[in-house]
Amino acid sequence: MSASAETGAPALAGASAGGPAVHGETLPNGLQVVVIPDRRAPVVTHMVWYRTGAADDPPGKSGIAHFLEHLMFKGTERNPDGVFSRIVADLGGQENAFTSYDYTAYFQRVAKEHLPTMMALEADRMTGLVLSDAVVAPERDVVLEERRMRVDGDPGHQLVEALMASLYLHHPYGTPIIGWMHEIEGLNREDALAYYRRAYAPDNAILVVAGDVDPQEAVALAATHYGPIAPARAPRAPRVREPEIVASLRVSVADAKVEQPLLQRYYLAPSVTGAAPGETEALEVLARCLGGGTISRLYRRLVADLELAASVGAHYSPLAVDLSRFGVYAVPREGVALDRIEAALDEELAAVVASGFPEEEVARAKTRLLAAMIYAQDSQYALASQIGAALTIGLSAADVAARPARIEAVTAADVHAAARRVLQSRRSVTGLLVAA
Amino acid sequence: MDTSVRKVSHSGRVQRVVSPGGIEAWLVEEHAVPLFALEFSFRAGSAQDAPGRAGTAALLAALLDEGAGDMPAAAFQEALADRAVELSFSSGRDWFQGTLRTLARNADEAIRLTRLAVTRARLDPEAVERLRAETLAGLRYDANDPDSAASRRFFELAFAGHPYAAHPQGSVESVSAITRDDLQAFRAGALARDSLVVTCVGAVTPERLSAYLDELFGDLPASASLAPTPTAAFRGLDAIDIRDLDVPQTTFVFGAPGLARSDPDFIAAAVVNHILGEGTFTSRLWQEVRERRGMAYSVRTWLHPLRQGALYYGSTSTRNDRAREALDIIRAEIARMAQDGPTEAELEQAKRYMTGSYALRFDTSTKIAGELMGIAFEGLGIDYIDRRNGLVAAVTLEEARRVAARLFGDGRLLVAAAGRPVGFD
Repeated sequence: MSASAETGAPALAGASAGGPAVHGETLPNGLQVVVIPDRRAPVVTHMVWYRTGAADDPPGKSGIAHFLEHLMFKGTERNPDGVFSRIVADLGGQENAFTSYDYTAYFQRVAKEHLPTMMALEADRMTGLVLSDAVVAPERDVVLEERRMRVDGDPGHQLVEALMASLYLHHPYGTPIIGWMHEIEGLNREDALAYYRRAYAPDNAILVVAGDVDPQEAVALAATHYGPIAPARAPRAPRVREPEIVASLRVSVADAKVEQPLLQRYYLAPSVTGAAPGETEALEVLARCLGGGTISRLYRRLVADLELAASVGAHYSPLAVDLSRFGVYAVPREGVALDRIEAALDEELAAVVASGFPEEEVARAKTRLLAAMIYAQDSQYALASQIGAALTIGLSAADVAARPARIEAVTAADVHAAARRVLQSRRSVTGLLVAA
Repeated sequence: MDTSVRKVSHSGRVQRVVSPGGIEAWLVEEHAVPLFALEFSFRAGSAQDAPGRAGTAALLAALLDEGAGDMPAAAFQEALADRAVELSFSSGRDWFQGTLRTLARNADEAIRLTRLAVTRARLDPEAVERLRAETLAGLRYDANDPDSAASRRFFELAFAGHPYAAHPQGSVESVSAITRDDLQAFRAGALARDSLVVTCVGAVTPERLSAYLDELFGDLPASASLAPTPTAAFRGLDAIDIRDLDVPQTTFVFGAPGLARSDPDFIAAAVVNHILGEGTFTSRLWQEVRERRGMAYSVRTWLHPLRQGALYYGSTSTRNDRAREALDIIRAEIARMAQDGPTEAELEQAKRYMTGSYALRFDTSTKIAGELMGIAFEGLGIDYIDRRNGLVAAVTLEEARRVAARLFGDGRLLVAAAGRPVGFD
């Protein structure tokens, strides 16, 4: 309808979604270093990403990657007993860590002059961790409380666990990142140290520095602090592959605490590592067209026109080492049965598979996707996180920089083809959250 | 290396812009990223919701971008999407806020659409019912969430009989009862020039912003016409309220009266609270409850200076059979802080963290606009960014001890729990 909808995304002309210059280099010991200059404020974000995550947990030891992430704050010989966190706090810094299926990352945000101190501390922690049973036992209790808090008190989260375990029948993405309760209970100091020695090494890591820093200086600092650490030469082992699923599965969680039912469905979908060129970009655009906000197809139909749903959405993440997933959900309005909303959802999905989307809806979705990339440039933390996550799963900085242009190139025909390929019930799991 | 009174990068760059129509905004001009972020708040929130209609301000916030002027909801949302304009509204007990993010080159159109949302939102019955349904679904989804249940109950008891008792989102009953007239009454009474606070960061000149201000807000009434919110007494100290929920953990929300933001002791109270329960990895509660005993994933306390009833509160979740022990430890730590205050070392550490980390709040345009809004909204003065670290650094041990005693006093608490805690018979 408007000019911008017809001609792609001129609304964004003049602004580059590709982001600022990114400086990349690899140290002789295999540590990949990425520097993203952002000179607006005198602060830096310092992150170390390891190419190891929950999907690399050994069988029977689910949760060990995440548990180790907690234990990484327990100290080294040089910096024992919370010295690391104390120094960061004394310098006015912020720190934290997170574990995903494919990576584990640690970060600090500090005034720029403290970057060398952060590097010294994080480099020391890469190989110097010291653990005693006295600190391991209470931290395991903390993780058990974390699981009780996030999952065991929340039927909605229990449904997500059941969906993932059913979508990935064989691949470790079906096991929760935090681990299964009975396996977390059995994790110990030796498990954590064995995992640590195998996976934590410079050639299995990516250092990302964003902020008010000169790239050459940052690389030189990295060489000083991280350079002396010996590589492990033990790259991540390939995981088992998910078999071809020929059944559409259904799971449900029924709980007396549920007052608002909902439906969620996951489809297996390719990730950047296994997709044809342009395919994951088309899937991102598809997720926007289908369920991104109030102008999306599912919203217009199920919420606005038919007045069956209170909310709907679609989501897809291209970043995964192995097969990813495409999800849709619908929350029924009061008095609308789940099977009615499922029938309406199926009807809309069938229409998309049959006919795709008009150019105008595709153009609008692309405009918003590209704008989100530009808005993300406001935050050095967001930029550093995007690069870190992409590199841990095997992309290059050039791939990240090229993504906006590839999104721009997606056509309505591409989106239609992606919908036909992915929205197949024989590769899906449908989950229902219902009152007991 | 004295970083204690370091100035943050944007101090001195904050300009006061006053439009020809007399509307004021604080601006940080920043052309490094081609976007701008605008925040505007009105000094009225859910405390102004009519009795039995809690959630009115929140529902209005959800509706302002759902159709305005000649454009029904879909057309308005498409117009925003075509220029990738991010416009949203939100509300709390004391405030109603708009947030705009746009690429600088689309600013004219973004301002035009925002003006329509602020002054000519349609509130079509279709949109009202659609957003009401979405709100109700969210309320039902959270009905038995332990955090949500305990937190709601805490405020119901602490402010019983006062508008603050109601959750800003309302309840299933109150949201079901809201009429279009309620929404219009809140809008007409609250959205006025004399209750407006505006901050802006980004690629825009003062002259351009000045013109935008009149375009955006010039048509609003000069004065707000809502009844003032009465002072809220804190009630329910010593009560332990338990909401039975079939979950493996007990979630506690605990608290007591606090200090107003304008209180001369507020900064010292913030330092003391940081030491007790705010500092991740370092606070006393974190050390005692999480590090030493592994009783909880999270334990934190906050100062919450509501305009008409300041309080402090905290929360944690721990397994049911250790709930009693966890609450006893928290009580003991609060009492210890009230009696002895922090140590010299703790005070210095807290001051180093709070002054050193202040700059981290100003490293994105969005965050700067938000920080400026907090400062402007609380009336702390346009030079507050420059003064703030000096205020923290000046807190003495004697002052910290006095304020700890004042804040935590006799250690009495209101406790709202959700779960099946053992040991509370």
